[in-house]
This record gives sequence, C-alpha cells and structure tokens, in this order.
Amino acid sequence: MKPQAVNRIQRIGTNTMVLNMGPQHPSTHGVLRVILELDGETVIKATPDIGFLHTGIEKTMESKTYAQVIPLTDRMDYVASLSNNLAYLLTVEKLLDIQAPPKAQFIRVLLTELTRIASHLVWVGSHAHDIGAMSMLLYAFREREKLLDIFELCSGQRMMTSYFRIGGLAQDIPEGFESKVKEVLETFPDKINDYENLLTKNRIWLNRTVGVGKISPEDAMDWGVSGPILRGCGVGWDIRKSNPYSGYDKFEFDIPTGKNGDVYDRYLVRLEEMRQSLRIVGQALDGIPEGDFVARVQGVVLPPKEEVLSNIEALIFQFKLVVEGFSAPVGEVYHSIESPKGELGYYIVSDGSNKPYRIRVRPPCFVNLSALPKMIEGRLIADVVATIGSIDIVLGEVDR
Amino acid sequence: MENLISTKLKEKFPESTLEIAEFRGELTIVVKKEDMVPLCTFLRDDPDFSFNFLSDLCGVDYLGRKPRFDVVYHLYSLENNHRLRLKVKVEKGESVPSLTCVWNTANWHEREVFDLFGITFDGHPDLSRILLPEDWEGYPLRKDFPLTREEVMFSHNKNRPPKITG
Repeated sequence: MKPQAVNRIQRIGTNTMVLNMGPQHPSTHGVLRVILELDGETVIKATPDIGFLHTGIEKTMESKTYAQVIPLTDRMDYVASLSNNLAYLLTVEKLLDIQAPPKAQFIRVLLTELTRIASHLVWVGSHAHDIGAMSMLLYAFREREKLLDIFELCSGQRMMTSYFRIGGLAQDIPEGFESKVKEVLETFPDKINDYENLLTKNRIWLNRTVGVGKISPEDAMDWGVSGPILRGCGVGWDIRKSNPYSGYDKFEFDIPTGKNGDVYDRYLVRLEEMRQSLRIVGQALDGIPEGDFVARVQGVVLPPKEEVLSNIEALIFQFKLVVEGFSAPVGEVYHSIESPKGELGYYIVSDGSNKPYRIRVRPPCFVNLSALPKMIEGRLIADVVATIGSIDIVLGEVDR
Repeated sequence: MENLISTKLKEKFPESTLEIAEFRGELTIVVKKEDMVPLCTFLRDDPDFSFNFLSDLCGVDYLGRKPRFDVVYHLYSLENNHRLRLKVKVEKGESVPSLTCVWNTANWHEREVFDLFGITFDGHPDLSRILLPEDWEGYPLRKDFPLTREEVMFSHNKNRPPKITG
C-alpha cells in the first residue's frame, strides 16, 4: 500500500465530522438545532442549540395582571394548553389561599386528562412519522380532532383555550358536553388498540426503538428528567399520585412504568397513560358534582353577569377587576403538576401589587431535552431522530 | 417533616443557614453561597433528606436591594416526597458556586440564569448564553432592562437614542 493511502485511512479513523441538524429539520419538531460530532455514523458529541422561539414570556408576564397571564400560558406548550392553565392557576390559587369548588375541580381534571390524551396523540403521530410509519400521523390527528372539538365547545377555541380561570372556570360546561365526552370514551379504547396493532409488534418499529436512546434511572434523576421518560426507566413517580392536586386523590388510576428506559418503553408508557387517562375521564364524568363552577371570592373573581347588569356594587367590582386586577399577598409559592411531558411547575414571587413580581416556569421539555446528549452519545446517527421524537419536546415551551 | 429539615440542617450547618421562612406550607431557607456545594451534597446524600432531584433553579432580581439578586433552588426528594426551597443572595458582579457537580440538571438552568440575569457560576463546564443569541447585549430579566427597545437597523438614525419606556 502506498504511504499516501495509509495516511488517508488513518485520517478517517481519527478525524471527526461535524454535522448540523436543524433548525429546519423536519424531525426536530419545530426549531431545535443539534450540532453532532460524528465518527463515521457514530455520534461522539451532541450539542443541542435552542432559543430560536424565545419570546421572553417570563418577562412579559411581569407586566401583566394575574388574570392577563393566563392566555400567555397557553402559548408555551401549545399542544397541551389546558395543563399549562391548570399549573399556573393552582399556583395563583395557592398564593391567594383559595380553592376551586368541587365541580370546577372535576371538570379541570376531566379536561386536563383529555389534554394529556391529545398531547400523547400528537406525540405518537409525529414520532411514528419520524421513524417511517406515515399512516400513524393521519390516524392520531383524526382522533385528536374529536378532543379539540370538546375544547372548542367549552371555550370557543381549539388550542389556545384559557378555559380555566382563577377560582374555577370561565363559564359552566355547555350543553352537549357530556354526550361528546361519552362518545370519546366509547370509541377511544378501540382506537388505542388499533395503534397497538400497528406498532407494538411491528418489526421495523421494534428495530428502530428497542434499546435506543437508553438512560438509566439514576442518570435520569440526576438530569432532572420527569414524566413518561422517567417512568420508562422504571421510576414510578407521578405528581398526580405523590402530591395529588385538584382532587386527583378521588380517582382510581395506575401509573404505568417501563423497565429499560429506551424509546420503546417510553412508547408503551405513553400508550398505557392514554388508557389510564380515559379511566379518569370516565370517573370524572360520572361524578361531576352539583354546584357553582367558580369560587365566588369577592375582589378576585368576576361577579355573575346578571348581577353586574342589575347591581351597582357588582358593576363597580367588575370594573375594578377588569381595569386593575387584584392585589396578591406578599410571598412566594411554587406549585407543580404532572403535565403530559413531566413536572410542570410555576414559581411566583409577589410583592403585594396587582402584577406578579416574577414568574418562573419550570418547563419539563427544557429539562428533558438537556438529557438528550446523555441518551444519544455513542449511538448511531439514525437513532438521534428516534430519540428526539421520544423526548416529546414542544419548542414553544423549551424556549418560552 | 419540614421542621425536621430546618432543625437538622441548622445543627449540621449552623454557620450557613441565615434565614428560615415558611409560607403556605413551603419551607424556604436562605443559605450562604460559599457553602452551597457541601450543603447540597449533604442534602442529596443524607438518607433523612435524600433530595435526589433538583426540580428547578432560577434567578430573581430585587432591584434596589443589597445584595441585588436571589438564586432560588427547588429541591425534591422522590423517596421521602418532600420539597425544599433554598436561596442564595448575590450582588451584581459576584458569582455563585455551580451545582453541576451535585446535580447535572443544574447545567442548563445555570446557563439560563446567566443568560437572562448575568449571574455567573463558578465551576460551570460551559457557561454560555442558551436562549438568546451569543452577541446579545444585556440581560433581559433584570428589572432595569427596558421592556421595549427598537433596534437601530439603518444608518440614517444611527445616532438616535433607543426608545425606552417602562
């Protein structure tokens, strides 16, 4: 062999190539950029680059009154906006020391569980599409449309709902709500079985997901990973069980866990979570108690419209609330819920004025994404796509 | 449980715990920033605490107070199911010891605090901007950062001062 050729072979062995993936790559679910250092097809180093969707939501929140923040929360994790609403409102309610009435709590639980199913449907559709199972996307989005119809019926909006308000709900559940939810409850179990038939024992699916993107439970906790990824490693931590909020302790459901912490186990966990969510929805629908849909706390919640039109006091309260909002007590609170992606927490610092002094969002997607290099370093480049999909990121929440 | 946390922590680190407060059932402990790493390692490894999960890490700007910033840590224990909020106070220009050696998840959180508040962390492996572009000037979540600012993009108004409101 000529010396030149030997040199070339050695150079292939020692030199690495840097590959830029995204931000316009279809499998990065938005605008994620990953800089990959490759040796052949093996990933040596992965550096996620985020911030392309940064809009300064936390800064904007500081100049809004407490009620005006609610629509902003929709726009972070935009495929699960009701979960965002709930996390923020529970934090504000903790700060104000008020509680939503039982009816509002039941409807909140019911709708956030439907949101969880909708979010998982987007995930299973787009993730399967990334790996090559094209038809899953169409099936998943077809079913999601049914859930969005329910959100639209309640709030008038398909995605940016803002249906939950401080102290309860924006309005009572409309006519026809129960029949729509019942329809979902009847048809959905079959649909989930269909997805399982398409994917769970599919050989291509197994080849692309089993043993891919593995993370150990110790590493996952060290990296702050939560939600279905952590449960896929076998850690059965779910805030709905460990710190029940909004009356979750009244419902019976199981926490599915995986074993291996790979992409396949995350898939199994999410599919089972959809079934468990249906269980909760069924119990919530059967048990919706009678009563008001919002806690009538004077000075915090808008008075009923009939009173505003007939009573000058109520009119003044409404005017004051709309114009300047209410003042919260001085203090700081943190509250987190189990969103479809993991621990979604809000930390609010109040200085006693009508606007929050500081709101910090603990975004599950941001934290889960930070563990991406841990999952893909040392693996093949084709696994990167499968792993990014399995984390279930929404860049609106990562970048905020 | 919460009282146990504060009393035991006070016994173990009498010099480091500066203030203890409770609000809405949440325990907040202000600690000395120099002792953050040994204190957090203890909190993580001691079986009574076993705070193996750093939920959140963020900054708060109290403009006009001295020291000006707070760095807030939210710890959680999966085994004992309890939470704790730690706080360190830091003046503008000072830095805080990085907790990446205790919990890896602190890595991105600290980068974000650096990015948006300009607080530096000693011992961080890669302290660079994370959400904003590398060449961004200023730290947006500081209270003295203007809410609206118009970028001067063309030369004819190059010398006009930027509009500042709020």
